[in-house]
Amino acid sequence: MNSRTLQRISAETAKWIFRAASIFSVLALLLITVFLIAYGAPAIFEIGPKEFLLGTQWQPNAKIFGILPMILASIYITLGAALIGFPLGLLTAVFLAEVAPPRLANLVRPLIKLLAGIPSVVCGFFGLMVLVPRIMDIQGAGNSMLAAMIILGIMILPTVVSISETALRAVPSSYKEASYALGESRISTIFRVTIPAAKSGILTSFALGAGRAIGEATAVALVAGNKVQIPSSIFDSVRTLTTNCVFEMGYASGLHQRALFATAVILFILIILINIALSVLGNKEEKHE
Amino acid sequence: MNNMNPNVKISVKNLNLFYGNFQALKEINMSIQKNKITAFIGPSGCGKSTFLKTLNRMNDLVEGCKISGEILMDGVDIYNNYDILDLRKRVGMVFQKPNPFPMSIYDNIAYGPRTHGIRKRKELDEIVETSLRQASVWDDVKDRLNSNALALSGGQQQRICIARAIAVKPEVLLMDEPTSALDPISTLKIEDLITELKKNYTIAIVTHNMQQASRVSDYTAFFLLGELVEFNETIKIFTIPENKKTEDYITGRFG
Repeated sequence: MNSRTLQRISAETAKWIFRAASIFSVLALLLITVFLIAYGAPAIFEIGPKEFLLGTQWQPNAKIFGILPMILASIYITLGAALIGFPLGLLTAVFLAEVAPPRLANLVRPLIKLLAGIPSVVCGFFGLMVLVPRIMDIQGAGNSMLAAMIILGIMILPTVVSISETALRAVPSSYKEASYALGESRISTIFRVTIPAAKSGILTSFALGAGRAIGEATAVALVAGNKVQIPSSIFDSVRTLTTNCVFEMGYASGLHQRALFATAVILFILIILINIALSVLGNKEEKHE
Repeated sequence: MNNMNPNVKISVKNLNLFYGNFQALKEINMSIQKNKITAFIGPSGCGKSTFLKTLNRMNDLVEGCKISGEILMDGVDIYNNYDILDLRKRVGMVFQKPNPFPMSIYDNIAYGPRTHGIRKRKELDEIVETSLRQASVWDDVKDRLNSNALALSGGQQQRICIARAIAVKPEVLLMDEPTSALDPISTLKIEDLITELKKNYTIAIVTHNMQQASRVSDYTAFFLLGELVEFNETIKIFTIPENKKTEDYITGRFG
């Protein structure tokens, strides 16, 4: 009886420890959100939502705060990174989960994980020293949206690869066997059965990858150029929402500082929108099927 | 010698199968008759499922699996330079657990035909309907061809799987304990269906269920420890088995 009570008490305690831990993470998220909105949202109204979101000039000294160029730069760069990172990452995941002999997969997988461990400032250096000069050879100053797209495309690979691979591995082998038994080849089975069956996990990997890309500041700061302008080509120098905060937060004060918080609020909203869009897409596809 | 017999669809000669060093099938010889149902029975691990999978070469997927001997379909050795994808088109398979794809019912049935190059919507519509009708599940699903096949009951799912297998117009249907995951009523429906299907297909079925073998099959093969102990007309196997081990098994003394 006694040991049973003890057991129950320890089970209860464990439950509360787990609960407390999860409450802590949720609380941290809530606090950050509240803090961000409390500081940033009033500034949006102070500046005027229209002037802030659609304004094309950013001149803190003249109290002109328009972030449209940065919103567009962030979106374009994220799209470009997605264009590079999603297919590359998905195909790598397919290779690891379905094609490569286990021994090779076990060799490649940790290397890709290692990529996630490379500090973003190092990725930025690499971009600055290797990519930017190459782009300069083609056109412009080299510091450009294109450089940021490529670097971020590479930086989101570990996220896309590891989550997609997990999703692909979770597809029951009975689906694949059914496909083989109908006379379908291994490669076609991957595209017709395995990838569609893993779709929701793959979309999750895309959402997290896109979130990582749009939220990255350091690497982008080093290669994207930092000129506030609405980009008209991938060779243009741009400033993004994140680099705007990074470059100016150190010395900003007053409305300027709050305008930077407001920039972060917009970034936050964009990330939430990406997550919602991709999860709606996943649900819709599933229902359709 | 069986090559000459037009009633023989598949003829197996001196078949041995190894998983690494383990011999799972020993010197199997058997003739599977056209448009008949042949049941494979035996205790777990006797090699009956392994044998079934040699007939559409699903064992090729198992690492370390080696085979010697011959399996002739219509007189041609399916292990000697035979296009494996074409083989699997001719020899369809239904699995133990219903395994429809997580797609619409329509796409499940159309999967195989699309694999083999049929793209026209009208042609696919026709195949889908005929296949579902043949698998007697058309009336259940005709109004919801676009809904996910995983939403159906287990029995319906298995009939979808049968419809999917026959949609590529195979000549042989392999069934690996197709009712073992189903309730008794669904089982009887599938058994009726199997009996119906033998008009058009040569069927081989693995079953744990002796009553099922005696109810549906024309021929029965009894496997034990990788050997084919006895192979004969079902009625003979179940009334006057020649081998003592067969008799012990079917009377329930082991297995």
